[in-house]
Amino acid sequence: MSPLVLSVQAPGMLTTVQDIGRWGAQGQGMPVAGAMDAQAFRMGNIIVGNREEDAGIEVTLMGPKLLVVEGEGIVAVTGAELGFSVNGHAVPNWTAVKIGEGDVLSFSAPRSGCRAYLCLSGGIDVPSVLGSRSTYTRAKVGGVEGRALKKGDRLPCGEPGPLWRRCAGFVCPEELRPRYDPAAPLRVIAGPQDDHFTPAGRETFYASEYTISNSADRMGYRLDGPVIEHEGAADIISDAIPLGAVQVPGHGQPIVMLADRQTTGGYTKIGVVCSVDMAALSQRLPGEKVRFVSVSLKDALALAREAGGKRQRLLELRAAWRSHPAPAVLPVEEITMPVTRGEVLLHLDGEAHSVTWEEIKEE
Amino acid sequence: MISHEYPRILTAGDGCVVAEFGDSIDMGINSRVAALGQAVRKLAFPGLLDTVPTYRSLAVYFDPEVTDVDRLYKRMETLCREGGEGAAETVRRVILIPTLYGGDRGPDLEDVAGLLELSAEEVIKRHSSRDCYCYMLGFTPGFSYLGGMDPSLEVPRLKNPREIIPAGSVAIGGKQTGIYSIPSPGGWRLIGTTPMRMFDARRDPAIFLEAGMWVRFRPIEREEFARIDAESEAGSYRPEIIEEEVSQS
Repeated sequence: MSPLVLSVQAPGMLTTVQDIGRWGAQGQGMPVAGAMDAQAFRMGNIIVGNREEDAGIEVTLMGPKLLVVEGEGIVAVTGAELGFSVNGHAVPNWTAVKIGEGDVLSFSAPRSGCRAYLCLSGGIDVPSVLGSRSTYTRAKVGGVEGRALKKGDRLPCGEPGPLWRRCAGFVCPEELRPRYDPAAPLRVIAGPQDDHFTPAGRETFYASEYTISNSADRMGYRLDGPVIEHEGAADIISDAIPLGAVQVPGHGQPIVMLADRQTTGGYTKIGVVCSVDMAALSQRLPGEKVRFVSVSLKDALALAREAGGKRQRLLELRAAWRSHPAPAVLPVEEITMPVTRGEVLLHLDGEAHSVTWEEIKEE
Repeated sequence: MISHEYPRILTAGDGCVVAEFGDSIDMGINSRVAALGQAVRKLAFPGLLDTVPTYRSLAVYFDPEVTDVDRLYKRMETLCREGGEGAAETVRRVILIPTLYGGDRGPDLEDVAGLLELSAEEVIKRHSSRDCYCYMLGFTPGFSYLGGMDPSLEVPRLKNPREIIPAGSVAIGGKQTGIYSIPSPGGWRLIGTTPMRMFDARRDPAIFLEAGMWVRFRPIEREEFARIDAESEAGSYRPEIIEEEVSQS
């Protein structure tokens, strides 16, 4: 059976091909881009049997309508609840479903969150640009012609993993999914320019409530709220802008820098949102509230490793599911089947081959 | 006024660490940034994602799930201490930027000449006879922050920035000169255009210019512009990059 090919019947509001981002060329001014809610995106790939770095589709609020024109495979939606359905039947998020030629994938309306990830077995097979398939629209790079999807686009998928059929019905347990509590404060690591603010300015930042303004896109979220007071100049000699950096220009209102941020800039950065909280922020909309709370680097790193551990657990559960695709949903910690699984990179005739293996126990 | 001891290591979130060598735009500081960048890339530690050299600092991006961050901080500190003043430049890499000045390709050239009370020919001569140093790339893919333009060419930026400046535009803004790498808004004055693509995702390398290179503008005529433009469109154009010995004085 051939890999999936989809055709775009309606593009939705802002639908782009993304992966884990274009790393390695920021030094030449190339932004990273990539999925805004990286944890949901990576988990979506795991659910459908892909590698985490395969390309998928980022859907924003109003989703697209896609027709499967060829092949068969597995689909799963993660992230925001945007009313996903297959042939008009609602399909819950975080669930692997088998699809084939003639099936229609669509989204009814946003229920919670902002960005959903449509992951397909084999991954979206558009050309890789500087090592990534992520769409960066400002420089017309990656994805389909460097732009958001439009009606009539054809989306071919790559060859799915050898065990893809056995993924059908697999569900990511609730406790492993990212938490999107809209009231949870975002944890911020101080620096690199926290010393460019007065103590009162820092106090304002951590004690106040900010509102996401209408100027909020994949590049950054401008926030409205109490003015953060600088100590001396608000401008610095341009330096690198990491993901989640909270820039405070001279007007004193913070801007959180996101996936499509420019590589460098000349505004002071009071802190950087910890990587795990980028999921929750990416799911918030203009008009929603944001609060910040201080976190140490050590604690932020522990949180990042915990997030990685959750994906490891999901991989183990996937392997267990492939061995026993039982309909019974066991609590996560009760699935203790020893799983033997691995991945090796083989070099043959100058070509690198990624070989994955997994022990399957037949009933 | 805030004062600091340099070099210093700054935390920039849980996926980035910055080494800062000073608080000024200075070639000596910038060469230490470049030297540290090379040393860090040589480490090739697990989880290394990217290095971003800027005027006076180096940002190192890593995967917080993989990298031993304590160890990375310690190694950065050691490398900063051992790096000393950075190696003095012995060979200079100069990239030639073929540029058609004036006319519809440099719509502000006459205004710039008028503001400076120079002839257009003299502006072209001064702009193309002095090499500029590329401190860093940023802003958009392939955009270079150049230093060292002839100071007699300083002109104020436009009061009303243009909404779209074509890629390849060679411009002056204040004390700086630069080349727009992709169509973008901007307030610099356009004096010429290079037919070379500063950024082309179809090409390898997509960006020819690197931090630490020198830029030399080479005036060309319409005929050569058309030829280079066609080669660039086909993806076959390669810029001339020359290596020059630096006389140690």
